[in-house]
Amino acid sequence: MIELLLFPLIAGCLIAMVSGPLGCFVTWNRMAYFSDTLAHSALMGVSFALLLSMNTTAGILLACFIIAFALLMFRDNNLLPRDTLLGIFAHGSLAMGIVFASFIKGMQIDLMAFLFGDILSVNKTDVLSITIVCLVIGSLLFSHWQKLISVSLDAELAQVEGIQVQRYRQLLMLLLAGLIAFSIKIIGVLLIGALLIIPAAAARVHAHSPERMALVASLVALFSVATGLLLSWFLDTPAGPSIVLMSFSLFIFSSLISAAKNRAH
Amino acid sequence: MHGAFNGLSLLKNKKDGVLCPIYSGTKTLPSFSTALGQETLLIQGATPSDACLISADKITYQFVDKLILDAVSLDIHANEIITLIGPNGAGKSTLIKCLLGLLPVASGEVSRKTALNIAYIPQKTYLNPSIPIRVEGFLGLAGDFTEAEMLAALTRVGAEKLLQSDLHKVSGGEFQRVMLARAILRKPELLVLDEPTQGMDVAGQQSLYALLNELREELGSAILMVSHDLHLVMSNTDRVICLNQHVCCSGHPESVSTDPAYLQLFGIKEGDGLAVYEHHHDHHHDASGNIVQDD
Repeated sequence: MIELLLFPLIAGCLIAMVSGPLGCFVTWNRMAYFSDTLAHSALMGVSFALLLSMNTTAGILLACFIIAFALLMFRDNNLLPRDTLLGIFAHGSLAMGIVFASFIKGMQIDLMAFLFGDILSVNKTDVLSITIVCLVIGSLLFSHWQKLISVSLDAELAQVEGIQVQRYRQLLMLLLAGLIAFSIKIIGVLLIGALLIIPAAAARVHAHSPERMALVASLVALFSVATGLLLSWFLDTPAGPSIVLMSFSLFIFSSLISAAKNRAH
Repeated sequence: MHGAFNGLSLLKNKKDGVLCPIYSGTKTLPSFSTALGQETLLIQGATPSDACLISADKITYQFVDKLILDAVSLDIHANEIITLIGPNGAGKSTLIKCLLGLLPVASGEVSRKTALNIAYIPQKTYLNPSIPIRVEGFLGLAGDFTEAEMLAALTRVGAEKLLQSDLHKVSGGEFQRVMLARAILRKPELLVLDEPTQGMDVAGQQSLYALLNELREELGSAILMVSHDLHLVMSNTDRVICLNQHVCCSGHPESVSTDPAYLQLFGIKEGDGLAVYEHHHDHHHDASGNIVQDD
């Protein structure tokens, strides 16, 4: 019985620890809509997986990488604004996913589970794969930290100083695709973007260095995942929305503290 | 790719072979620039003092239909101070960005020494305001420095009090000092400054030029600087390049001030016996011609 809660809790906490710093890069580099687009493409990935009878997470990962690659290809297109392109791929891949799913005879996709997360489906294998993914993402972020900060702070300066800006931007996109693909089960397609940006946003006002912002964001995400899953467990609320609700409450709380501090000064 | 190698062989004939082509015509960047960061920098002193750091060969830059740079050639050698002057819209900042590889040239070729250590102080810097960072953290991004080293660099530019300041809250003048301190820490082979004296009084300009001279002597750095100021440029620079889409004239400061092309550009007639007048205005005029009092 208890492992039913334990597995999603462990998986969720691992994702929260990584989504803190990665979410900071999402807000710093204005990638919020980009991460939403990747999440939307996950449903296309699920359909792929069912059609090709492969692992669901592998299918989602494939879809995320295809979308990330497609966006990179369209990067230099100046005729269409970035958010328009992202919208095209988000809605296009979502529609493709749903239409493909309707072809599968006798297979019923639990749409609610994919949109809002399904903690009961998290098993030992998922925990293991999420552990590996979080370790890889965490260590890549850690080892390239300074350069990723330089690129996010001022890309032109970074380029002159010999940093290959495009390569680090691609790295961020791939890390994001990886984290999103593995978080869908816990938090769902619609709300994974929230777990990335809300903790980072809540951390901004209380940080004077990028490292501290990442740490505070991780703590906010950890707290949100833990309390959100408990809420979901005991009150039978959907897991993803419960996590996001907790995170959102912390953001409001953090903004109020910051406003009170400013008034005191 | 073939064309790029032709360019390289030409340059090898011309120079001593330390150059590589970084941009040739409309081709994409060759993959030679694989060195990430500064790990592979040449050790100071490993380069001959007369080595060419950056070489531009007849580069042209076009923005939509407007020709900004027209067949500009320029070599930057180690340990020399070059000042780029010219009227507004002459393409000075564009030339610098082409040399640094920030803008692709339409034709011609820019060659840079492999893993050239450059410090760049742009005219305007856009620092992402959503990243919380202090001056100390910003200096730390440039390399592994101790707090004492950072403090020493900041002290040299008179900004030692800023170490713990929020980088987004320092003033424009203070930020420029921070950028200079960052350049000092990086020990660059080439220091590029785009209009560093903008908004500075004469004393401020003199102390900046004194610092730049010191840096050149200490590190052997070459300095490339864009300036509007003609008088102080003359007394500090090795070579002045007067740009107005093309190179109008270039050479030692003394020779530039008597070159007809230069004199014509700034509206001074040759042989009129005119000396350059030193203005002591307490005001200037804005774009509409209104008088604006200076601080």
